[in-house]
Amino acid sequence: MTKGIRLEGVRKRYGSGETAVDALKIVNMEVAAGEVVGLIGPSGSGKSTLLKCLGAIIEPSGGKMTIGDTTIYDQGWKIKDLRALRRDNIGFIFQAPYLIPFLDVIDNIALLPMLAGGPNGKSRESALEMLAALDMSHRAKAMPAHLSGGEQQRVAIARALVNRPPVVLADEPTAPLDSERALAVIRILNQMARQYETAIIVVTHDEKIIPTFKRIYHIRDGVTYEEAGEGREY
Amino acid sequence: MISLAGRDILQSWSKFVFTGMGLGLLIGVTMSMAGIYRGMVDDANALLSNSGADLWVVQKDTLGPYAESSSLYDDAYRDILGMPGVAKAANITYLTMQVRQGQQDVRAMVVGILPDGPGEPPYLVAGRQITRGHYEAVADMATKFNIGERIQIRRNQYTVVGLTRRMVSSGGDPMVFVPLKDAQEAQFLKDNDAIIAQRQRTAANPALNRPGVPGLLEAVIASQSQNSNVNAVLVQIKPGFTPEEVAEPIRRWQHLQVYTSTQMKEILVAKLIATSARQIGMFLVILTIVSGAIVAFIIYTMTLGKIREIAVLKLIGTRNRTIASMIMQQSVALGIIGFVVGKIVASFLVPIFPKFVLLLPGDAFRAFIVVVVICVLASLLAIHAALKVDPADAIGA
Repeated sequence: MTKGIRLEGVRKRYGSGETAVDALKIVNMEVAAGEVVGLIGPSGSGKSTLLKCLGAIIEPSGGKMTIGDTTIYDQGWKIKDLRALRRDNIGFIFQAPYLIPFLDVIDNIALLPMLAGGPNGKSRESALEMLAALDMSHRAKAMPAHLSGGEQQRVAIARALVNRPPVVLADEPTAPLDSERALAVIRILNQMARQYETAIIVVTHDEKIIPTFKRIYHIRDGVTYEEAGEGREY
Repeated sequence: MISLAGRDILQSWSKFVFTGMGLGLLIGVTMSMAGIYRGMVDDANALLSNSGADLWVVQKDTLGPYAESSSLYDDAYRDILGMPGVAKAANITYLTMQVRQGQQDVRAMVVGILPDGPGEPPYLVAGRQITRGHYEAVADMATKFNIGERIQIRRNQYTVVGLTRRMVSSGGDPMVFVPLKDAQEAQFLKDNDAIIAQRQRTAANPALNRPGVPGLLEAVIASQSQNSNVNAVLVQIKPGFTPEEVAEPIRRWQHLQVYTSTQMKEILVAKLIATSARQIGMFLVILTIVSGAIVAFIIYTMTLGKIREIAVLKLIGTRNRTIASMIMQQSVALGIIGFVVGKIVASFLVPIFPKFVLLLPGDAFRAFIVVVVICVLASLLAIHAALKVDPADAIGA
């Protein structure tokens, strides 16, 4: 695998001594470039902790994480600038779109390449490309407040992918959507994953979309288990 | 890079403008306070420069007529005229009192002057200078008197023959110039009953009403009913002399106190209006702190309202300094809106104030710098809150 993400024996312990809590005990995951996998688990199973470790927001307590050919964590961070790591290598899609309310659609997306130092014009071109791919070009100048929930989520997807990150983490991206729109989002994620060779991990409880995954990781008590999904057509 | 602050302001411009206007009212009042102080200093300077004097000769061991009571015999000016370097010397009296015009009273400083002498108003905006020995007056425009109107000082009626401008006392009261003799009389003029009672007391005094000394009682009564005192002698010096060169012999030989313009200015500014200046200074400090607190509170509240967006920005890789810059720019923008509104408000407030208010461009520039510095400092609290935001907040628990 040249792209994608691999986790080997990742652990996370909060606190120390008798009050220590092992939120992640053994996490082994491997998501290939172009693949969309589901991450499923009950509340308190360690999903959010795993997402934060994957997103380089909190530091694991052990194990190894690799994005593409680059080891980012091996008993300690191997990359100094985690902010740049997130910006350039990891895209985020949240349960709510969390678009920046004072930026229009195109600038919400273009902000990421701009933060990476890209010129405004080129960044907006990239944003327009993403919008075209998501059939949202006509809403480029709209403000987030004027978009429907489904449109906002598509903009959030465009924002997550505009820097062509090797990994995208989607936290309950279909929770507020109805079945049709939820499946549309999954369709887009699969299309984008293939188009941009991105490994997408979808954390979800959504029964509507779980059958669509070909591979699913279950997490329970901080331990992950891999399972083949139905891979149902949508 | 997009201006995040600019976009946020454009998105919620009405909130910004209205908040800035509120802040502007406060800044306007603050600038007006500074203008009041400047006006007081300018009044003091105008008082000195308009008198046309180089030296003020006053009662020994006093600070002169503006700061303390000062009384000299009105013949002292003759001795002063004979001193080396003196070009002109003239008596002058100052008395702050109510001047009646019709049914209204105007608080004014009545100045007794001699025509063509130092102390006469240097210019008029209408009418003419005093030419008659009695019952003519030149009034400052701030009294709202008009030429030809009759005004009453004590029991006597005066005709306003000239109007002048910016002739005010150190307290900001407009001046009314009258002939010196009238002013001297006005200072000591008693009512008729008091004069009759005093004459009766004098006549009843056997030491002053001796049977064998004809004319004594009349002479005593005449001396009691006239005033031969003035408050100061204003001196103009000859070219080629320095004020101190002329002042020193007067101090030594006439046993009088002499002040140069510089010393008189020091007395007016450092002593007379010092307490008012401190009072205004205190107000300025309080208003500045209040303005800073308001900006800090507004920016802090606005930042707290964007915590989720800030978490998202941090998560997607926005640098701390970009977020700090956004908050600081918004704070400064609020301050600039406030300053512009404040400057306009202050300009409109100036004519309403009863005393002279002077808004100097230099003060406005300093106020702008202070506003910007306060806004930068006020944004620090909000920046601290924003930088503490955990990017994980964007993901949730």
